[in-house]
Amino acid sequence: MTKSKQIYLDYQATTPMDPRVLDAMMPYFTEKFGNPHSRNHPYGWEAEDAVETARGHIAHLIGADPKEIIFTSGATESNNLAIKGVGRFYKDRKNHIVTCVTEHKCVLESCRHLGQEGFDVTYLPVTENGLIDLDQLRDAITDKTALVSIMGVNNEIGVIQPLAEIGRICREKGAFFHSDCAQAVGKIPLDVNEMNIDLMSISGHKFYGPKGIGAMYVRRKPRVRLTPLFSGGGQERGMRSGTLPTPLCVGLGEACAIASKEMTAETERLHALSTRMLKGITDQLPEVYVNGDLDKRIPGNLNISFAYVEGESLMMGIKNLSVSSGSACTSASLEPSYVLRALGVTEDLAHTSLRLGLGRFTTEKEVDAAVAEIVSNVQKLRELSPLWEMAQEGIDIKSIEWAAH
Amino acid sequence: MAYSKELLEHYEKPRNVGSMDKNSTDVGTGLVGAPACGDVMKLQIKVSPEGIIEDAKFKTFGCGSAIASSSLVTEWVKGKSLDEAATIKNTEIAEHLALPPVKIHCSVLAEDAIKAAIEDYKTKAPGSAVTEKEDGLDQSATG
Repeated sequence: MTKSKQIYLDYQATTPMDPRVLDAMMPYFTEKFGNPHSRNHPYGWEAEDAVETARGHIAHLIGADPKEIIFTSGATESNNLAIKGVGRFYKDRKNHIVTCVTEHKCVLESCRHLGQEGFDVTYLPVTENGLIDLDQLRDAITDKTALVSIMGVNNEIGVIQPLAEIGRICREKGAFFHSDCAQAVGKIPLDVNEMNIDLMSISGHKFYGPKGIGAMYVRRKPRVRLTPLFSGGGQERGMRSGTLPTPLCVGLGEACAIASKEMTAETERLHALSTRMLKGITDQLPEVYVNGDLDKRIPGNLNISFAYVEGESLMMGIKNLSVSSGSACTSASLEPSYVLRALGVTEDLAHTSLRLGLGRFTTEKEVDAAVAEIVSNVQKLRELSPLWEMAQEGIDIKSIEWAAH
Repeated sequence: MAYSKELLEHYEKPRNVGSMDKNSTDVGTGLVGAPACGDVMKLQIKVSPEGIIEDAKFKTFGCGSAIASSSLVTEWVKGKSLDEAATIKNTEIAEHLALPPVKIHCSVLAEDAIKAAIEDYKTKAPGSAVTEKEDGLDQSATG
């Protein structure tokens, strides 16, 4: 498959690096190659300066102090470190974790792991718009709760959890608040103090930075302590050992600096594009449903169910669009997305969904081409669909006794 | 996932898409699968008084492999007697389309659809050229 005509609409999976990020990184691969931890010569000093500048850009974007930022390999590591690290450090006094069923797998798996180590884990449900119920959160937190982990923005449906309200409740109840903000940083305004966030996970490649680098915010006042995941030279305030990859740190910092400057204008542009896309689709196709809250949502995400059309067959048809399917039929598992199921999307509709991710380099022309390709393929596949035919004849598909197979 | 040329060809240009009158006595309808599983196939056969499948039509909700499997079997059953059509095996379908292992169930569904269509025809047309059968499956989904 040639990529020449491909339109990339999978910005929640990853983003291309911004060329300005690459420019900032380049010198640190070659002439400025020093180890930022080398204290005795200028090679080390220039690398350290670059890393600290980058740390400052990251801190600035989320309203933190640079000393509160530590570099990691990505959000998966940050989430593991936040959840397992805090859990294990406070284990003698507190043994309860609260999270949510629509979290990313690395959060759910980290919590499950703590469960095996003797922790109690509460998995909050979500309402049909994809957001948690704050009263349920308040009720779930006890004096044994060490950590509440709720994501900023969902990776599949793009909905924004009410972080400030969650932070306020956690602070009132004396539990630390960790937020996986891999999909939120650079997309929505974040302020760790206004939102009472104690730990935040950040990923570089989700907002035009390099892959293989992430960061974690760890609050100093009041101090959050954690047990590191692995042993080493004690870099990053003893929380994350290992030599820092200077070029990647610089790239993440530059991505944050660009986001700080351009986020407002970019949000507006993406909002116009996704509105145009949704209108283009719904003007031409009936029975199209957006999964997750449409307003409390980042503008670069549309997760749409096209009733009566199976997601993978639709993906095969829209050959020029690189998108993701909510139907997991493309992977080894045939189960539809656990996130959509958690919203109460019925299995038949969950099988019909696409995740359309728009971003910095998406153009209006690409949106229009994508709409045309999606509409014509949905129409073609509906002509092929026995369910669509039944629906047109007024037969209620739910009234038929389908045999599971 | 890389699909075979045959599979893509059937997906791009599905054969015999459509519907026949399911109430007609010379038409057998098989409806198999379930929306919640992500596959539903409707396969219809039109049978001559001599018991030969004269025409076949399908509609499928499902992945590309499911669409291709059902398109392929509509081609294969045409011109066959009911008994011959009943011998089509899912393994032949899977082999012809080079289905990847996770898609084998699509070929199983296509085989089930043929069997269900034949069964439905026999139920509706007792005493026709073919073996009588009293308690056939009704035309709701099996599979």
